[in-house]
Amino acid sequence: MTNIILEIRDLHVAVKGTEILKGINLIINAGEVHVIMGPNGAGKSTLAKVVAGDATYEVTKGDVLFRGRNILDVDVEKRAHLGLFIGFQYPVEIPGVTNHQFLQASCNAVRESRGMTRLSDEEFLCYLDEKMALVAMKKEYAQRNVNEGFSGGEKKRNEIVQMAVLDPVMAILDETDSGLDVDAMRIVSEGVNAMRSPEKSLLLVTHYQRLLRYITPDVVHVMIDGVMVKSGGAQLAQELEDNGFDRMTKKGMFV
Amino acid sequence: MEEAVGHSGDYKYGFTTDVDADSFLPGLSEEIIMEISSRRGEPEYILKFRLEGYRRWKEMEEPCWANIEYPPINYQNISYYSAPKKTTKINSLEDVDPEVLRTFEKLGIPVDEQKRLTNVAVDMVFDSVSIGVTFKKKLEDAGVVLCSISDAVKDYPELIEKYLGSVVSSSDNFFAALNAAVFSDGSFVYIPEGVRCPMDLSTYFRINDRQSGQFERTLIIADKGAHVSYLEGCTAPAYDNVQLHAAVVELVALDDAEIKYSTVQNWYPGDPKTGKGGIYNFVTKRGRCLGINSRISWTQVEVGAAITWKYPSCILEGDNSVGEFYSVALTNGMMQADTGTRMMHIGKNTRSNIISKGISADRSHNSYRGTVKVLSKAAGARNYTQCDSMLSGNECSANTFPTIDVRNSSSEVEHEASISRINEDQLFYFQSRGISREDAIGMIVNGFCRDVIKELPLEFAAESQKLLTLKLEDSVG
Repeated sequence: MTNIILEIRDLHVAVKGTEILKGINLIINAGEVHVIMGPNGAGKSTLAKVVAGDATYEVTKGDVLFRGRNILDVDVEKRAHLGLFIGFQYPVEIPGVTNHQFLQASCNAVRESRGMTRLSDEEFLCYLDEKMALVAMKKEYAQRNVNEGFSGGEKKRNEIVQMAVLDPVMAILDETDSGLDVDAMRIVSEGVNAMRSPEKSLLLVTHYQRLLRYITPDVVHVMIDGVMVKSGGAQLAQELEDNGFDRMTKKGMFV
Repeated sequence: MEEAVGHSGDYKYGFTTDVDADSFLPGLSEEIIMEISSRRGEPEYILKFRLEGYRRWKEMEEPCWANIEYPPINYQNISYYSAPKKTTKINSLEDVDPEVLRTFEKLGIPVDEQKRLTNVAVDMVFDSVSIGVTFKKKLEDAGVVLCSISDAVKDYPELIEKYLGSVVSSSDNFFAALNAAVFSDGSFVYIPEGVRCPMDLSTYFRINDRQSGQFERTLIIADKGAHVSYLEGCTAPAYDNVQLHAAVVELVALDDAEIKYSTVQNWYPGDPKTGKGGIYNFVTKRGRCLGINSRISWTQVEVGAAITWKYPSCILEGDNSVGEFYSVALTNGMMQADTGTRMMHIGKNTRSNIISKGISADRSHNSYRGTVKVLSKAAGARNYTQCDSMLSGNECSANTFPTIDVRNSSSEVEHEASISRINEDQLFYFQSRGISREDAIGMIVNGFCRDVIKELPLEFAAESQKLLTLKLEDSVG
């Protein structure tokens, strides 16, 4: 029996009257890793943000079901409580709040919502050390303000630390690979792979195929101009790499 | 009874109290001043101090250098005396009009000494009159004096004569001169030599009357080696007319003495959309570190008032004396704040520390104005200033106006400034990690203000954090 974690049905999304997503359908089962690829402006990031609950986007039609529940009307923080995690393309800087404080508040809010006890300061520190080690992040970063003065790569690594701390059922990583050098890419991929399990699902949004050298997806989707033009196995990514997005038509054929 | 304009916005202290008050008709003249003085049964030298203030005030011009704008104030339209009638002879809290006591209880001020949770002695000033002090016995045992300034005029004439106006003279500035002329009540504190005050002292100011201005005058003297921590809180009903608050606070620290003065100012800020009503807060606060090794610390959390014009300052006369200023000023709605400090280094090796955090939201204006002056004989003086602003939205403004004037070569002065934004993207980021909006604002604000909040006494710190979060919640986004 399949266990659907995320189901997107005929999703239409507009920003200031301009339609960006034009009827997206997607089903991700437990344990699967999906990748959405596509050129700039295809609407990949929009999809990630809509699932996260960003209010700048207007859903004009369709549903997003997470573990069987329509989440479009669910508060952003409740979505996180339900086990959804979005790794952002451009993580914001939070002045005056340390990574440690931020993650502890976050971790405990999620634990509380699941009826678990809060972690004490000491318990959390041990837990955090362990998670930071996953992406080879130095301990001192725990005491730095969230993303403040971090390089692009450090911000992305920090997103992976957050994902590891929150232990979500499903993670959507929006261009987590962009701006990473080869070493960072490997480290981030290891962090992502560490999260893979038969219960957990991943959706990677990316521009490049190179991330897929480290993470093997179950399904690859190609999005162009707000629609999914093609879906296939891991080999589809390679085809894209060889031919480029430009040569793929809206019908999903290479010309 | 005057009707307050509902509970305007989220200002939960905007209610009025129906008390029988003895108020003067609006207007200011030498006759009025003489009448105030005689009502209060004051000695001749106080009347002289008042008249001197009044005469100087008449010659002065209202200052216009601050970064604030307001329609002209008609000083003849203000009532300069208002006192709850029943409180003429107060010996204990039982003599206080129960309506007034209920007001303070509603405000969360422990008037009942049985509620010893806070271990804070409170002097409550309702409109212009001090209505009672808690924990009198405990303070007396320690030799500490906490009483209204009018009682002090009678009971401690030698201290009053020596120190009243010794820090802020009757002609110091326009608003201080006005205060000298008409000052109503306020607190007097004297900590004798070598005494460490056994508890925090506190005054809670409440403006209730619609027409009256509030002109308290506070004087705190810490004798040699004495220590005291003093807290001040303020609220007022939400009226749609403007009310004037022109207070004066004078602090005197002798050798090795320490005074810590904390304020949480939450006067009614006026209507957040139209800017109608609210308190005009023109306050002169200054401390003199007269003795060697003395220390004066000002900590303020300013979240209310339509206009704030306030520069708690330190005159560092004694060698090795220390002046500190820790401030959080939050403006939202249509509020305007021009606040900061002045550190005057006179003695050798004097030190000062300034940390100012300004948060502006909506259509408000928030300015830091600070002066650090090091005189030629203040060898080895040091100052550190940190001045941070946080903005929310793009219709507000934040300004800093620092002035540094150093007249010797052995001193060090440092100034750091930063500006940051609190925005919807940050809140979204918190929320996407499972943290509620309210907690997110709380964490950002507390992070930003941490260096100042930690200077506040414990109960005030927790309350201030909540207050700042609450104030900002509606403004962000």
